[in-house]
Amino acid sequence: MTVMRNTREVVGQPTPLIDGIEKVTGQAKYTADLPAAGALVGRILRSPFSHARILAIDTSAARALPGVRAVVTGDDCAFTYGVLPIAMNEYPLAREVVRYCGEPLAAVAAVDEATAAQAMRLIRLEVEELPAYYTAEAARAPDAVPLHANKPGNIERAVHHRFGDVEAGFAAADLVREQVYHCAEIAHGQMELNGALVEYDTARDQLTIWSTTQVPYYVHLMLSRCLEMDMSRIRVVKPFVGGGFGARVETLNFEIIAALLARAAGGKVRLLLSREETFLTHRGRPDTEVRLKLGMTRAGRLTACACEVVQRGGAYAGYGIVTILYAGSLLHGLYDIPAIAYDGWRVYANLPPCGAMRGHGSVDVRFAFEALLDSMAAEAGLDPFTVRRQNLLSAPTETQNGLRVESYGLDECLDWVERTSGWAARRGRLGPGRGLGMACSHYVSGAAKPIHWTGEPHAVVHLRLDFDGGITLLTGAADIGQGSSTVMAQAAAEVLGIRLDRVRVVAADSMLTPKDNGSYSSRVTFMVGNATIDAARALRAKLLAAAAEPLGVSAEAIECEHETFRRIGDDGPGLPFADIARAALAREGGAITAKGSFTCPVEFQGGKHKGGAVGSTMGFSYAAQVVEVAVDIDTGMVTVEQVWVAQDCGFAINPLAVEGQIQGAVWMGMGQAIGEETRYERGLALHGSLLDYRVPTIVESPPIALHIVESIDPNGPFGAKEASEGALAGFLPALVNAIADAIGLRIDTLPVTPDRLLEALAVRRREQRLARELAREQAHQQEGVV
Amino acid sequence: MSQTAKRVRAFRLNGRAHEVLVADNVLLLDTLREALGLTGTKRGCDGGECGACTVLIDGTPRLACLTRTEECEGHGVETIEGLVENGRMSRLQRAFHERLGTQCGYCTPGMVMAAEGLLRRNPDPSAAEIRAALAGNICRCTGYVKIVEAIEDAARGAP
Repeated sequence: MTVMRNTREVVGQPTPLIDGIEKVTGQAKYTADLPAAGALVGRILRSPFSHARILAIDTSAARALPGVRAVVTGDDCAFTYGVLPIAMNEYPLAREVVRYCGEPLAAVAAVDEATAAQAMRLIRLEVEELPAYYTAEAARAPDAVPLHANKPGNIERAVHHRFGDVEAGFAAADLVREQVYHCAEIAHGQMELNGALVEYDTARDQLTIWSTTQVPYYVHLMLSRCLEMDMSRIRVVKPFVGGGFGARVETLNFEIIAALLARAAGGKVRLLLSREETFLTHRGRPDTEVRLKLGMTRAGRLTACACEVVQRGGAYAGYGIVTILYAGSLLHGLYDIPAIAYDGWRVYANLPPCGAMRGHGSVDVRFAFEALLDSMAAEAGLDPFTVRRQNLLSAPTETQNGLRVESYGLDECLDWVERTSGWAARRGRLGPGRGLGMACSHYVSGAAKPIHWTGEPHAVVHLRLDFDGGITLLTGAADIGQGSSTVMAQAAAEVLGIRLDRVRVVAADSMLTPKDNGSYSSRVTFMVGNATIDAARALRAKLLAAAAEPLGVSAEAIECEHETFRRIGDDGPGLPFADIARAALAREGGAITAKGSFTCPVEFQGGKHKGGAVGSTMGFSYAAQVVEVAVDIDTGMVTVEQVWVAQDCGFAINPLAVEGQIQGAVWMGMGQAIGEETRYERGLALHGSLLDYRVPTIVESPPIALHIVESIDPNGPFGAKEASEGALAGFLPALVNAIADAIGLRIDTLPVTPDRLLEALAVRRREQRLARELAREQAHQQEGVV
Repeated sequence: MSQTAKRVRAFRLNGRAHEVLVADNVLLLDTLREALGLTGTKRGCDGGECGACTVLIDGTPRLACLTRTEECEGHGVETIEGLVENGRMSRLQRAFHERLGTQCGYCTPGMVMAAEGLLRRNPDPSAAEIRAALAGNICRCTGYVKIVEAIEDAARGAP
């Protein structure tokens, strides 16, 4: 569906966000900023136990407290929720069993904060504690009690995929190496705290929710399910949202709880979570162990890959099945690898549930892969760039697991970062404690097969034109700061040949906007962008038809540029947009609504094997990066000095936003690589603040030089692919590869905090000493023998 | 706590005299957001972690979540809303907008106020001085690259 034009007026231009002025002036209304006069204060009572059978929750004293308007517990909602129809095993408020410390048990709506807090203290719990498991290993032990009765061994999902002849591949290799890598669990740390405002109209039995969500439609579905309300009685509005990174790509417990409270209280409830509670709601990237084996020829050509992944997913399913499938599926699609074996286990444990986080499922595996590849390149005496170039794909192609690659700009990415970083001249020559490392990564432009197979298009956009000549773009896609509303406005303006500011976007209000699956898997630019082009073409056709009579030619012979309709090739004054818009309204019988849609064709929806849909997409983004580090071996401190990154995003509809997304992705990868990790002490979160959960500040953040590669994907809107996730994963291995270049030490555990680095250095010194002593002893023995 | 007696507290807010009726120990953040309706100042943490609520008190960046309202009595408080003059964005606001120093926008008011405090005492800061001034303001979207660029632009008076 590529729209090719010789001149691009709006797309391809660096464009400040169309909702940016509200953000910089403080006028943007996020959920917590919405008028809430008269709203009750909601609070959640959370479990202090990691695993326990609930014997009783006595709320009578809390209910009796003056000022308390509602108290709800698991008794008030007997329906599970979850983002995957095949794995909904979570209650908004625990029933019978509580499975992690911090899980909601009860909730209160009261007239003020103090009364709500007092009511919480009056709730009495009676439980019988059960054994709790905080590591995947403990949860998988033979005598471990299952968290969920239908999941013996606490395995949520085991995946075993074989593509190609793996044994033959390893047999053909000149070098085979195997290594275990470990990545700590991390959290999104989105700046806006979780929260919801819910208004329940008792007289009409109607409910409106404003929430901090990336997926208004999924919230709609789960509210309907858990409250047993017809969907037409529910309205979901997405106000400004302060980031997501995957934290908000499924309905979250607090959204359902706020709705239960509002209905029980018969009014308006505002439930705003603290930073600690936002961490406990979690859905972050799971603690992951990767055992990876690669085979390579002397020339650096990969022959086989065998990968085992264990993810500690937390207490409930969430997106877990998809995460463990992504981990294997995206071993494919970056390089040409003849044979890949993948075994993955998603494990339940008594910790807050993990979920989708930027680079969903692929990041920790990519870390392992690129780190091992770097180490093998060194062993084989090959440059890391050479090894990558030995294994490039050639688009168009289809991977062994059925993923289509239609455009592939990785070679150009490699060239740019190699040249710009001064790789050839500088690597290995930066002096003591300094080094360069590189890595590649990729990501999908939206999952080609949606979670709910409803038979509807994957994206729908409406464009409305009325008497004022303004174009209103109605979309259910959630702009959460990534700039999707701006991209859609640009796409519409480009196709229509009008000014950008003639387009105004209404995003995500279920009463007004067409359904959208939400902002995740980097789907919006690709799918909603294509739907926008489709809608704009439909509207353009009506305008051209209206212009035909006054211009005295057929519609096919007319174009609109700079808001002026002219015969193609005619240089005359033409007719202004306002005149043609009026003519079109008269011709069409008043206000015009044009609909556009987009659906990923079935041939892009992945392989036929079980789980084959995960990883399927119409276009992969590709990225390469070089990281320069300084390592202080006395303090263990790693400083990132500079990053060079190039990403193939197909086409940059808004180059300014693409730059911002790539920089943000690389930087988020840096956070995971050098400092971020969740920590639990017997299930109690120790990381529940931004002082304890260390996201990088501006002081640790390096300059990031970047280059956008435009491979012009044949199916992307104007050739565009995703730009927000693909560059993240590469940072992690590029960092450890740079450390190896700096101090000759290969780190296999993330994050590389000073204590971990010092520990690794101590281990190396011990090993070196032992090796020296061993050598001395052997020398002695040989002398003795002689 | 809800029974605590309230007192009238007088301070200048965004250049205008203000009196608010407020109990002791109420955070400036809550007074601004709930009593005065100035929701541009954001809460991003449980106290002193993130910088999203940065305001200027007598021209110096302070965290509204660690400031009691009574401490402001007789002082001048400025919030993000006060930077707009006659409907025009300030040079910092314009630079944050045009250079994409804002993505989701949630940290932006605090960032802009911290930067405003910096530029008032140091109109031509180096990159290192910018970093030092914003060390307590966390952004999760931008990697800070375009934030530094925006502040440099604003300082240079670039269009």
